[in-house]
Amino acid sequence: MRIELQKRPDISKLYSILSPLIALALMVVAGAIMFILLGKNPFHGLYVYFIEPLTDPWSREQILVKATPLTLIAIGLAVCFRSGNWNIGAEGQYLIGGMFGAMIPVLFHGWESPLLLPLMLIMGMAGGALYGFIPAILKSRFGTNEILTSLMLVYVAQQFVDWVVRGPWRDPQGMGFPGTKSFNDSGLLPKIFEFGDAHYGAVIAVIAAVALWFMLSKTLKGFEIAVLGQSPRAGRFAGFSAKQMTLFAFLISGAMAGLAGIGEVSGTVGKLDDKLSLGYGFAAIIVAFLGRLNPLGIVAAGLVLALSYIGGEAAQISIGVSDRATRVFQGLLLFFVLACDTLIHYRVVLVSSVKARM
Amino acid sequence: MDVWASIILSVCAASTPLLIAATGELVVERSGVLNLGVEGMMIMGAVAAFATAQVTGNPYLGAVAAVIVGATFSLLFAFLTLTLVANQVATGLALTILGLGLSGMIGESFVGHPGVRMEALNIPVLSDIPVIGKIVFGQDLIFYLSIALLAGVAWFLFKTRAGLMLRSVGDSHNSAHALGIQVIKIRYMAILFGGGCAGLAGGHLSLVYVPQWVEGMTAGRGWIALALVVFASWRPGRLLVGAYLFGAVTIGQFHVQAIGVPIPAQFLTSLPYLATIVVLVLIARNRRLTMINTPAALGTSFVPDR
Repeated sequence: MRIELQKRPDISKLYSILSPLIALALMVVAGAIMFILLGKNPFHGLYVYFIEPLTDPWSREQILVKATPLTLIAIGLAVCFRSGNWNIGAEGQYLIGGMFGAMIPVLFHGWESPLLLPLMLIMGMAGGALYGFIPAILKSRFGTNEILTSLMLVYVAQQFVDWVVRGPWRDPQGMGFPGTKSFNDSGLLPKIFEFGDAHYGAVIAVIAAVALWFMLSKTLKGFEIAVLGQSPRAGRFAGFSAKQMTLFAFLISGAMAGLAGIGEVSGTVGKLDDKLSLGYGFAAIIVAFLGRLNPLGIVAAGLVLALSYIGGEAAQISIGVSDRATRVFQGLLLFFVLACDTLIHYRVVLVSSVKARM
Repeated sequence: MDVWASIILSVCAASTPLLIAATGELVVERSGVLNLGVEGMMIMGAVAAFATAQVTGNPYLGAVAAVIVGATFSLLFAFLTLTLVANQVATGLALTILGLGLSGMIGESFVGHPGVRMEALNIPVLSDIPVIGKIVFGQDLIFYLSIALLAGVAWFLFKTRAGLMLRSVGDSHNSAHALGIQVIKIRYMAILFGGGCAGLAGGHLSLVYVPQWVEGMTAGRGWIALALVVFASWRPGRLLVGAYLFGAVTIGQFHVQAIGVPIPAQFLTSLPYLATIVVLVLIARNRRLTMINTPAALGTSFVPDR
């Protein structure tokens, strides 16, 4: 018995929609197996993880809060990945975006103005974009591998932000804890509901997703991205510049990651501290693929990943499963998504070895 | 003089995991496969080695477990990219994400436990030679293994028929397939070898370098190993230079921190990562050198058309 792939004449529309769902189903099965291995009731475990958070209004808001940065980063990554550029340093761009965005409220702490928040968001995007520009310019000028440089810059950003919040920007009244002063009210992203944590970052994320979906599927730029991503050679004949595209893709994804960063700083935390780096930049890679690199699909995928975070927290409290299980779930999910994507392009056939020899 | 000997020993300890992981990845990439999961396989090796050494009390069994777990884990990548022709970059990332998560979960109960250290071999008489004795004859087994592994890989790739086949698969899988070479089988074996090496590199971290378990303790070393392969432009000899250069930078920044130079520690900690970027740029600028040695089929999937 062996597996053989037969190329489909055209990509399968059915499996384009089904493959992420099959992947999710496989993850649920894998999750059940994991709960059994851990000696827990699998049905109860899955219920706590994936259903219970949806029944509680507080948890639903937390899902929204988590989904916001994941979605923002992932839609940017979708543009990048589609164009054939591998930005895996979104975590760094997210951090630098958060730091740039915090610059004005930290340095001009007393300033209260309706202009403050928009300026912070713009600064955040600019910071992320600038940081994303580094691997892009290195790739387009020198041909440096962007995967490695963008990833190395994550470690640099983590160290730099750590220095900033412990050194020059530390709140002198902060009892020695690393972190800046808390922002004034005009530097905070307003909450959507009267109570709870969900902030307008979620709305921004949806608007950005629709805008990028429009760009990718309805404009010439989107076509250029698709052509250069699928066949750089064809793109060259069409007169598209792969180098310009690298810069563009990294600017967009850097800006989106930066926006996610300042969204977290201003909407969720209210100041810049040393706990900003939570791995959203890496989890967003999973979100991007689960959403099949389509910004609208990514909105849904962001909610799914956010659910796994919140479910993981709940499972730790109520059934004593380590919250690290969440990252295992997420890693497995990406594997299943990638495996199921094969179904879109290929028919998978099991061939018995005897028959193959005939 | 003793100070210098101990500094050189610590450089060796910092360089060995990089060298082992990069040696494995070099073979993988020479076969035309880009496995970005080195970091994930490495950390799985680290946790496997630590746990096994803890339970059995034997660090050598720990090292064996690291190799087995690293190779087994790489099989996941091999199945997806070779059998299901999934995208290699994305699958490699998936392997890293899963490895970091899974190792955190497995190692949770070991956090804070003192580890079992793999002691230096200290060959009698010879290791008592002043200055060089400790460096040449007084190191741990994995150090000697790393050198032997590199020499073995250099010989295998460029002096044996099997090595030639592996390189041909990496340069043009279609031609190799037409010649009757089993592309997929060779790539499976290369990936398994790379996984075993990455696992052993992780084992060195948790058995020799810092004999304890800390979540995420590989701290980007798997990625630096990947960068080293590019730095070495896929030549084993240059890998040795690169790995020791990075080991020296890492140890150097520790010593600068210890002396109390008024540079924030965070900047010094970033140095190895910044150095990686600088080196990648310098190498990439030298186009000719890179182009000659880059496996032409690197990162592309192969589907036999019968």
